[in-house]
Amino acid sequence: MIYLTRKIEFSASHLYHNPSFSAEENRRVFGKCNNPHGHGHNYVLEVTVAGDPDPATGMVLDLKELKEILQREVTDRMDHRFLNYEVPELKGQIPTCENIAAVIWRLLQPKITRGNLHRVRLYETPDLFVDCYGETNGAGASRGGPQ
Amino acid sequence: MNLHLTRRYCFAASHRLHSAQLGDEENQRVYGKCNNPYGHGHNYVVEVAVSGPVDPGTGMIANLADLDAFVDRQVIEPFDHTYLNEEISAFRERVPTTENICIEIFNRLREFPRAKLERVRVEETSLNSFEYTGETSGSRP
Repeated sequence: MIYLTRKIEFSASHLYHNPSFSAEENRRVFGKCNNPHGHGHNYVLEVTVAGDPDPATGMVLDLKELKEILQREVTDRMDHRFLNYEVPELKGQIPTCENIAAVIWRLLQPKITRGNLHRVRLYETPDLFVDCYGETNGAGASRGGPQ
Repeated sequence: MNLHLTRRYCFAASHRLHSAQLGDEENQRVYGKCNNPYGHGHNYVVEVAVSGPVDPGTGMIANLADLDAFVDRQVIEPFDHTYLNEEISAFRERVPTTENICIEIFNRLREFPRAKLERVRVEETSLNSFEYTGETSGSRP
């Protein structure tokens, strides 16, 4: 089994606000991230696909194909957008790194037809990232692969 | 969704690799420069990964403010700008290799009340790092 990882970057803004919380509670829970004008990040996305190389091409999947999928599904949707208002898949959710990573997993998973999507790692800053392994129970799915 | 949230922290500390179970020559042979009696230091980087359900109200596995405060209290505050061999009790008996530092940090963070601790990864320098997931199997005690 080979794990292949492709990396992209996109820049976007967001804010954390739960309409069912009071103004004070929103400020207490979300701190600076509750600023009503929003703020932005340079997100870094690493997408890992697991599979065996095709004996004819030596590839798990064509990187050009993966690049196009990431461009279409992630960059075109999220780059230079205000995530709360411009990405319908995040509607009704707080656009935390956790929720964005899960949305990206759901967007990519059906599009990757060669190999299996193994991990979506989304960096909000160099010091904070989320790994999504899809709909598996417990941490088992992450074991055995590169962390 | 199976999600892991990872946060990176830093502390600076000194240590000396010297085992009481080995003679002076053997210590020198095994640990080389790291056996220098005056010790030496590193800028350690600690990655802490936690998992759990995403709270629908906050969109979070754990509030970073809670995780930061816990890691700060349990690890960064006691470890930063110290001589690990003398100032962290666990390293009076165990050699403060990055393997042992990784295990000690994992044990100090194990009880984080807001999410499950999945993994601790420690970089001693940008060229080497160690990971511990709390599993005790393997060839080392």
